[in-house]
Amino acid sequence: MSILVDGGSRVLVQGMTGREGSFHTERMLAAGTAVVAGVTPGKGGQTACGLPVFDTVREAVAAAGADVSVIFVPARFAKAAVLEAAQGGVRVAVLITEGIPVRDMSEAAAELGLDDGPVGRRPFVLVGPNCPGIVTPGGCNAGIMAASLFAPGEVGIVSRSGTLTYEIAMGLTRAGLGQSTCVGMGGDPVHGLGFQECLELFEADPQTEAVVLVGEIGGDDEERAAAYAAAHLSKPVVAYVAGFTAPPGKRMGHAGAIISGSSGTAAGKARALEDAGVPVARRPDAVPALVAEALGRRREKD
Amino acid sequence: MDLFEYQGKDLFAAAGLPVLPSRLVRDAADAERAAGELGFPVAVKAQVLTGGRGKAGGVRVVRGPEELRETVETILGLTIKGKPVRAVLLERGAAVLRELYLAITLDRHAKSPLVIFSTRGGMDIEQVATDDPAALLRPPLHAASQSCDEACRAVVAAAGLHDLGLDEALADVVRRLWALYRERDASLLEINPLAVVDDPVRLIALDAKVTIDDNALYRQPDLAAQRPDEDARERAAREAGVTYLTLDGDIGVLGNGAGLVMSTLDMIGAAGGAAADFCDIGGGARADRIAAALDIITADERTRALLINIFGGITRGDEVARGVLAWSAGRDIDLPLVVRLDGNNAAEGLRLLAEAAIDGLAVTQSAQEAVAAVVSAAAEDRRLA
Repeated sequence: MSILVDGGSRVLVQGMTGREGSFHTERMLAAGTAVVAGVTPGKGGQTACGLPVFDTVREAVAAAGADVSVIFVPARFAKAAVLEAAQGGVRVAVLITEGIPVRDMSEAAAELGLDDGPVGRRPFVLVGPNCPGIVTPGGCNAGIMAASLFAPGEVGIVSRSGTLTYEIAMGLTRAGLGQSTCVGMGGDPVHGLGFQECLELFEADPQTEAVVLVGEIGGDDEERAAAYAAAHLSKPVVAYVAGFTAPPGKRMGHAGAIISGSSGTAAGKARALEDAGVPVARRPDAVPALVAEALGRRREKD
Repeated sequence: MDLFEYQGKDLFAAAGLPVLPSRLVRDAADAERAAGELGFPVAVKAQVLTGGRGKAGGVRVVRGPEELRETVETILGLTIKGKPVRAVLLERGAAVLRELYLAITLDRHAKSPLVIFSTRGGMDIEQVATDDPAALLRPPLHAASQSCDEACRAVVAAAGLHDLGLDEALADVVRRLWALYRERDASLLEINPLAVVDDPVRLIALDAKVTIDDNALYRQPDLAAQRPDEDARERAAREAGVTYLTLDGDIGVLGNGAGLVMSTLDMIGAAGGAAADFCDIGGGARADRIAAALDIITADERTRALLINIFGGITRGDEVARGVLAWSAGRDIDLPLVVRLDGNNAAEGLRLLAEAAIDGLAVTQSAQEAVAAVVSAAAEDRRLA
């Protein structure tokens, strides 16, 4: 088991015929992912990366049985692509594109009722935008992460940052701690799945025994996740938060990574997590030891 | 992108929001001409992209022509929170009866905008927000809808302006502000104070704080053209496709990915150092982009040592090494350079750099060792200076 995607997932790529789309389709295929179709309006009937291309998501779902879409279209077409993915019948859409106007994502969320109902029962979930995707090691690589850094196992990762996810996953892999699923939720202020929803999914996943949460400055997703973990999670959570030395008012690379006044600071997030019983690593390379400790305690209890 | 008050007021005026007549001036002679047109009293307001200018002496009311020149020159000489004042806005004076606070911004959790309103507007609004959060009304808006009737009703009910006959005027301000927010891809529109002024009694936006979503500038070309001046390095970085940001320390940092860079800055801080600036080269950078980033970051004269921290996912360690070698070829590197490479093709990259044996270059696979090395190199340079 795993969350969101697994070895049975059939992936379509919106924007497969573009430069980024074709480059990453080849990499997903090389990682053993079942990419089954591409979608580019006006290019239906062609082939790309050895796969059939369709004009619409609906056709690709019907003809190729796709249930996951990875989206690489340019920012100005991203909102339409997300609406099409949802209405075309895929269960999970991973929006890689960065630089999408916030208004477009707000409108898409409102039009699709993205947050309606418990996450486990939603017919459609969005991951991203401005995200590296989802990896279930050994099963499915839906996005742009480097699959070779991951190994199958029982640690779930959910992160706002791509390279930090690599760093932490690689550290876990080297320490003999494989991963169930790694979700890069993206660095934009308005995004699909958040920490709390991923914690909910990991809690329900029999393969996952512990969760690593990788946060950064801006917003209050971490604080909300801390409260949720304290109230609802039986599995241990370990966290890392980036941006302790970030000055207020500066966007630190990610559109959503900004301290506004005194809210959204790394110190505030770390405090909320620790108050909720979630240990917070001071450096990325300190995460594996904390995870091993948490797993050890969990086994003793059983 | 943040707009200056005068740019925000232009947007407000075009949207039909109530503002007072004003003129932007850059010296005292300009100011005397402008004041002649506006009449006294006149408010002289520093144009800087930072909050707290009132408390820093950046806003003064001038009653007559005799004090104008000195006031304008004083304010033009100010530096507020590190930002020099290059222009002032002269605005016709008004008798203020009450100061309200009205803003529209994003509620990240709701994935939708909201109104923030308070009857206790003015310079202390942040204190009010901290001490008495209940004094701030926060009615939600609906991203997919033009209508804001519910928010208008909530604001009007809380404002208590009925006796002054300003209920409809206030609702009109909220409606116009929401239309402006949507049409111009704003991420913050703030009026503080939204003033009730006398003679005749009416509402006036006495300040304008406007932030436009950078990602939407492609469809707001007139606003994109008003982008405030960047420094040369920021412009070079934007053109090279890398993120560059100036900080306060003396260590240059180059990394891949926003999270990894922030984490690197934190590790430097924990080791007793501080970054001068950072460059995020993003994913999959090739040798030429790495060399361009090194040019940008070493142009900062405050830099005493340089750290390159790369964890390769799509980015290849050997490509990073080639970028460093291409950049260093034929030049004297006059500052210590520490390279940390891990992940995709890191072994090959580390081998290339070790073989080249460049003076002043240290290579490692561990971030912690790299940070310790660069912090002590910067400290050594400070000691010798």
